[in-house]
Parts: sequence; structure tokens; C-alpha cells
Amino acid sequence: MTVIEPILEARNLTTMLRGRAGVVTAVDNVSLSVYPGRTLALVGESGSGKSITCLSMLGLLPSSGKLVAGEVLFKGRDLAKLSQRELEDIRGREIGMILQDAMTSLNPLFTIGYQIEEVFRYHQGIRDRRELRRRAVEVLEKVKIPAAAERLDSYPFQFSGGMRQRVSIAINVALSPDLLICDEPTTALDVTVQLQILRLLGELQRQNNMAVVFVTHDLHMAAQFCDDVAIMYGGRVVESGPIREVFDNPVHPYTVGLLGALPTLENFGRRLVAIPGQQPALSTIPTGCRFAARCPSAMDQCREQYPDWFEWNGGSRRVACWRTEERLHAAMARAPAEVEHE
Amino acid sequence: MPDVIHDEAPLVVTRRPAEPRLPTATGAGRGRRLMLAQLWVASFIAILLVAVSLLPQVFAPYDPAEISLSDTLQPPSAAHLLGTDQLGRDVLSRVIHGTRISLFVAFCAVLLAGVGGGLFGIAAGYLGGVVDSVVMRLADIQLALPAVILAMILVGAIGFSIFNLIVVLSLANWARFARVTRSEALTLRQRDFVLLARLAGASRLRIMLRHIVPNVINTFIVLATLDVGIIIILEATLSFLGLGVQPPTPSWGSLIADGRGYLETAWWICAFPGLVLMVAVLSANLLGDALRDRLSPTLPRAW
Amino acid sequence: MLNYLLRRLGQSAVTVLLVTLIIFVIIRLIGDPTHLMLPPEATEADRQLLRVQMGLDRPIVVQYGMYLLDLLRADLGVSYRFSRAALGVVIEALGPTLILTTSALLLAVVIGIPLGVLSAVRRDGPVDQFAKIFAVMGQAAPPFLFSLLYIKLFSIHLGWFPTGGYGRVSNLILPMLALGWYSAAGIMRLTRSSMIEVLDSEYIKLARIKGVPQRAIVYRHALRNALLPVITFTALQFGILMGGAVSVEFVFAWPGVGRLMLDSISNLDYTVVQAAVTIGALLFTTINLIVDVIYAMIDPRIRYA
Repeated sequence: MTVIEPILEARNLTTMLRGRAGVVTAVDNVSLSVYPGRTLALVGESGSGKSITCLSMLGLLPSSGKLVAGEVLFKGRDLAKLSQRELEDIRGREIGMILQDAMTSLNPLFTIGYQIEEVFRYHQGIRDRRELRRRAVEVLEKVKIPAAAERLDSYPFQFSGGMRQRVSIAINVALSPDLLICDEPTTALDVTVQLQILRLLGELQRQNNMAVVFVTHDLHMAAQFCDDVAIMYGGRVVESGPIREVFDNPVHPYTVGLLGALPTLENFGRRLVAIPGQQPALSTIPTGCRFAARCPSAMDQCREQYPDWFEWNGGSRRVACWRTEERLHAAMARAPAEVEHE
Repeated sequence: MPDVIHDEAPLVVTRRPAEPRLPTATGAGRGRRLMLAQLWVASFIAILLVAVSLLPQVFAPYDPAEISLSDTLQPPSAAHLLGTDQLGRDVLSRVIHGTRISLFVAFCAVLLAGVGGGLFGIAAGYLGGVVDSVVMRLADIQLALPAVILAMILVGAIGFSIFNLIVVLSLANWARFARVTRSEALTLRQRDFVLLARLAGASRLRIMLRHIVPNVINTFIVLATLDVGIIIILEATLSFLGLGVQPPTPSWGSLIADGRGYLETAWWICAFPGLVLMVAVLSANLLGDALRDRLSPTLPRAW
Repeated sequence: MLNYLLRRLGQSAVTVLLVTLIIFVIIRLIGDPTHLMLPPEATEADRQLLRVQMGLDRPIVVQYGMYLLDLLRADLGVSYRFSRAALGVVIEALGPTLILTTSALLLAVVIGIPLGVLSAVRRDGPVDQFAKIFAVMGQAAPPFLFSLLYIKLFSIHLGWFPTGGYGRVSNLILPMLALGWYSAAGIMRLTRSSMIEVLDSEYIKLARIKGVPQRAIVYRHALRNALLPVITFTALQFGILMGGAVSVEFVFAWPGVGRLMLDSISNLDYTVVQAAVTIGALLFTTINLIVDVIYAMIDPRIRYA
């Protein structure tokens, strides 16, 4: 097993948000590793803390939020300890982030060209108008916007959602960053446009050997485009590992439930098993396992004590569930039958 | 990381304790505590002012109209806590009775402007079309004419009386209510429960009264509270200019007008009604801001 | 853009027309001006003669039509009190009022916008706390009360400024402060809340992701967007200042339109009142049109729509 160092390693991130109901822990001891050239899917329902996790890592929390503990090791430096100035230097150059809502993520009062040129202006100190324009055109071509030179003087409102998302990608990959965080980059788009955007992202990733964090609630998409996965529930990561392993052998009941609730070719026509109940509100998080109230196999212990981590395969597979070992043994007992079947 | 085929290697599961959840700072933050304190102080002052104006006989030591030419322009003392005016009348008693009149006028005007403007707004938003255009054009006119000037001209036209003053103040202040309720009605008419009521054959009047009105009531309360301060200021301005409450009836504005000529020698005639006026407007505004944060997510947050 | 401006021009024209109509009707309700114009010993026949001369015997619709025709010729009637063109009387008073209101508005903008931006950027910091007190106090009292307070403090006690009058800069300071604070408070609050909203928006997030420095985020990206509602609000403030100016002019003996209207109403000099309101409405509409142009210059969505 060759050891590849992660380019980004988040350790025990904890973020609190101040809201009308008081202070809540939106991100609770989240640890993630992202490797060059690989894509990590961050999966969970809305409100599970996926986006806040990403914003915490880049120091982009809204004024109501605060990263209270944890480290964000990026190329050996802890982003959580950097000054505003140092972060500004890294963001846009070494790390990019694509936001969910393409319709609102471009400044309505500036031209597309200006908003792209800013990257070169602030990171490379280029002031020459013609040079800035030339580079902006180059980047727009990179994200396959037709007639790029003519579109530079357009304003965001003159663009469709898909085109705006391309512009936002262009801004983010203009300086070939090593890490790109994509926060549900296609949720707000039409299905056909979704695919184009995903292909574009994949292509750009291969060109630069970029590490990608892909936030999504769409398991299909995750399975198709990602290498690793971390499943979040109620602000915590409950299961993580290489995506094929996790999806083939899900251990945490929440993961199992998510996959059961997924329409696939195999279960087409059969009833989908939705997970009963709702994610707890962050202000009323239970002391024990967050999922216990909805879990079909919850025990008293689950309700009383948050589960320990169970790790195997050298720590690449991790699950936070008291019944992990029990489930793994059951799976091993079943495994030969499955092999024979093939 | 390369995948590991786990049925060849023995499965070794290691166990690590879960990271403990950090305790959240419990209780209200400093800002929130301040907000609550504000709310309490504001409510206390509002209740006090209302109580004083409901029972002026209890609180006022003298008859506010009682002239005593031997006691003119007395500074604050034990006998006259806030001093006396140029006719020897007790300033405290006059302020208390003035509070009664000013608050009465303000409440009535807010109610009239609010209910009138609110219903116009709901009708405009829900019915749309001609009703909408007419109401909104009228609102534009009210907004294009400064309230003081509109009220000034109206008072000139229909004459001086408390009732006229109330009508004038509401005519100069209804548009704000109409605009906000209109936009709320516009969104509400698209909502499922309204569509359902329509499918069930409810009349338009019934839908407006049964389904739209209850849903704008929170916004209405917030707007009305904030409007109390605005109306108090407007009423005081008119009375100060001699176009509102007419002497000898006391009101904050007319009391201040009384003392205007004595700024140099008898500051207390102006100062105390002015102070009470300020405190009243302040508490109405603070109360309105606090209510806005609680009741109405659609209005922008105050602070 | 041209379409937009034409549409706004049309709307404004309708508003002005309706304002004049309503004022016209109200003023006709005030009273019979012939009582004022003729000596008390005049007979009813004399009065009737005057009414016919002035067209007051015709139906109100006809009177309004005549008024509009006169308006097009810039003829706003004759003041009974001054026995000369009402327009001239109003325009003479307009100068002082414009000096007072524009300086108050300028003060409000110069204080309100920077204070709003600073308190939004450093929320809950000392500047924010100060700004809050500034806003709450400014909106707690009518301008006339501040006027009296300043006179007591700065004129009577300290003797820094005169208690009233017109002509020198020292005359302007106190009325300007009394009038401007209320608007400054409003502009500050709106700037602050608008700025906070913009700073939490997605496009500001993207600008931060790009690594745009904090200063450029605040002053280039956020401020421009945050000012859009403030511009509209500031134009509205002009009307509010015109209203507030009435009492301030009254207290400081400032020879402006507000005081002129006050006197004219109590003297039933309705042509002057009508002329003043008409001019005021025109002014207000013009300002709103200018604001629309500024708006279009800033916001491409309107410029290209």
C-alpha cells in the first residue's frame, strides 16, 4: 500500500452557530482527509452540517458562526491559525470553492470579465488591462463558454444558471488550485446542465490532479463521480471510507437507510424504504447517538452514550456505531454466498 | 488510496473513543441580554405612561387648568415638582393630562391608519387590477406629500378638533401599512391554504378576512408599534405649530409651544413635556424593534 | 434604460397631477377667499362679482382645468396677502428652504453612510454601540424639540450661535443639526442593515473565496450593492426633511417655504399654499427621477432592461 499524504486534513472541527434559538453546534468534531487527484463526497441531509464544515475550513463562516476548535491542515499549515491576510492569499490561488446557488453567487453589479480578472489582479498583481482581458478569455475558454471574448462585458443577469456556474468555476480554477470544494454545485441546475457541469469538473480535476471535496445529498452522483465518502448526520461524521466499500458494505444504520431509500435499477418497482422520522434540530441534539431515535436497531446504550469510532483497513474505514462489530461479523458470514452467486 | 480487499486479510477492528462534544455557551449572550433588558424597560415605561394617562386624577397633584397668578414661573420645588408655567399652572399636572391627550390621539390615529391602510393594502394585494392601481397611486401621493405639510393643509381645510386631528394624522400615515400588507397579501394569495379555500368556493371577502388578515396580524402589530412613535412626533409637531390640539387643552406639543418663549428663564415648562415625549417615542421604538425581531421574519431585523 | 426612464417619468407625471388635484380640492374646502380679499363692509354683490372675476363660481372641474392651463404657463395665481404672483413669493422662500434641507441631507448622508458601514463591518463593536445610541436618540424626538434644546444649550448658555435668523453660516448650523439628525439616524440604520445583508450574501462569499482583500470586499463589492436601497431612501428623506423644515423654520425664524405655508394657511392665502405644494411636488418628482438615473447608472439590470 503506497502511502499518499492527504493535501487537506481536517481534525475535530467544531463550529458553533448563533441563531434565534441560541447557540448550536452545527459541526461537531468532524475530521476529513482529502487526497490529491481524488474526490471526497460529503454526503448528508440538509442541515447535517456539510456546508458549514466547508465554510469553516476556509474561514468563510457568516458573522453568526465561529470555528471554536479543530485544525485544518492544508499542505502542512493550519488554516485555522492563519491571519485574514494569509488566508486571502491562499484562497483563490491554492483552494477554490464553488457555491450551490449559481444564480446569486456572482456580484450583480460587476461584469463577468471584471469578476474573473480580479483573481489575477489580487493574486498576481497584474494591472495591465489587455493582459487581464487575455487571461480572462483564456479561463472562460477553459470552462467551455462559447464566444468567450464577447461575453466578458456581460453582466451576470444576462447569463443562464448553467453559464453562471461555469463562470464561477472559471473564477475558481483560474489559478489551477490544488483543492476545489464543490458545495452542491449542480443542485440548482437543470438535469442536462448538471451532467455537463459534472463532466467539466471531472476534466478540470484530471488536468491539474486536483483534490476535490464534493458536497451532495445525491448518492447516485456521489457514487458516479467520487472516490471516497464521508456521511454526515446531525453535525457528525457517522461513516467514512472509499466510496465503493461504503456503498457495497454500509455499516452504519443511517448509511444503510440512505442506500435503501435510493431508487436503483435493482430495486426498481419495489417500494423504497424511507428512513422514518426526521433529523433532530441542532438545538435539541440528544446526548447519545444522533440517529438513535430513527434507528431500527437502536439499543439503550445508543441513546445514552455517543458511539466510539470503529476503524479497520488501516483506519481508511471508520464507523461511529455501537453495533459495528456485530454487523461486520454478520456481513462476513454472508459474504461467501454472495461470491458464489457471481 | 488503493482499495483493500478485506476478505483476504483478517479483519482487525480498532476502537477509539468518540470525541466529546464541546459544551455550548449556555444562556443568552451579552447582546441578547441587553435586548431583553431593553424590552423590559421599554414595556415598563409604556405601561407607566398608559396607566398615568388612564388615571390622571390619581397622579396629577393639581387641576391642570387651575391658574394661580401668585405662583407664576416657579422652578421645580416640593410644592410643584416640575415647577409652574407663566400662568402659575402646575407643570407636572399639565404634563400628565397632556400625556393623556397625546397618547389618546396617537393610539386612535395609529388604529385608524393601520386598520384602514391595512385593509386597503390587503384588498390591493389580493384583488389586484384596478383596485391595486388606485390604492397604490393614492399611497404614492401620500408618500410624495410630506406628512407635516399634508396634515397642515388638511387641518386648515377641516378645522381644529381632536377628532379632526386623528383623521388628519391617519390620512397622512396610512400608506406605509398599505404597502407592507399589500406585499404580504401578494405572497399569501399564492399559498396552498388560500388556493384550497378558493377551490372550496369561499368568497373573496371571506378569504381576505379569514385567511389573509390573520396571517398579516403579526406584521401589523410590529408596524403599528413603530408607527406610534412616528404619530406622536407628527402630532406634537402639529400641536407645537398651533395646528393640532388647541390651548388650553394640554398636549405634549402645545405644552412645549407654551414654554417656547421662556427658554431663557423658565426652561422647565418646555423641558419636562419634551422629556416625556422623548421617553414615550423611545419606548415605542424600542418595543417595536423588539417585536419586529420576534414576530415578523419578513421585515428586516432592527439591530 | 430609456424605456425605464420614460415609464418612471409617466408615473411621476401622474403623481404630480394627482397631488395637485387633491390639494386643489382640499384648498377649495378651506374657505371662501373673498372674505379675506374684500373689506368687511363689502356687500354680497361685491363678493359675487369678485368670485365671477376669479372664476370661483364655476364647477370645480372647470376650475381645476383652468388651473392646469395656467400651470403650463407658469402662472400659479396671485397671492392675496402679498398682491403679487404666488410663484414669485414661493420661489423667494424656496432658496432658504433648499439651503436648509440640502445641507441637512448632506449632513445626514455624510454621517449616516460611513457610520452605517463601519457598524455593519464591526458588528457589536464600540462603533456599532455608539451608532445604535446615535440612531435611537435621533429618532426619538421631533426636530422642533431638538431646535429648542440646541437654542437653550448653544445659543442661550454657550452663546456660540444665534437663536434664529438667516444670512450667515452661523445661522444655518443649529437648524441644520436639528433637522439632519433624524434623517442621519434613518440612513445609518438602513445602510447598516443593508450592508449586513449584503456581507452575508453568496456573491460576497465568492469574492472572499477568490481571495479579494477585506478592504476591497467591503468598499468595492459590498458597498455598491448595499447603497442601492439607501439611495431610494435618501430621496424619500428629502420629502421628510421638507416636512420637518416647517417646524424648524418656525423656531429659528428661517424665511423658508415652511414658514410661508404656515402663515399662508392661517391667513387663507390659498394660492400661495397651492403654489408651494405644486412646486414641492415637482421638486420631489424631479429628485426621484434623478435618483432613478443614478440607480440605472449603478445597476446594470436596470440599465440594460
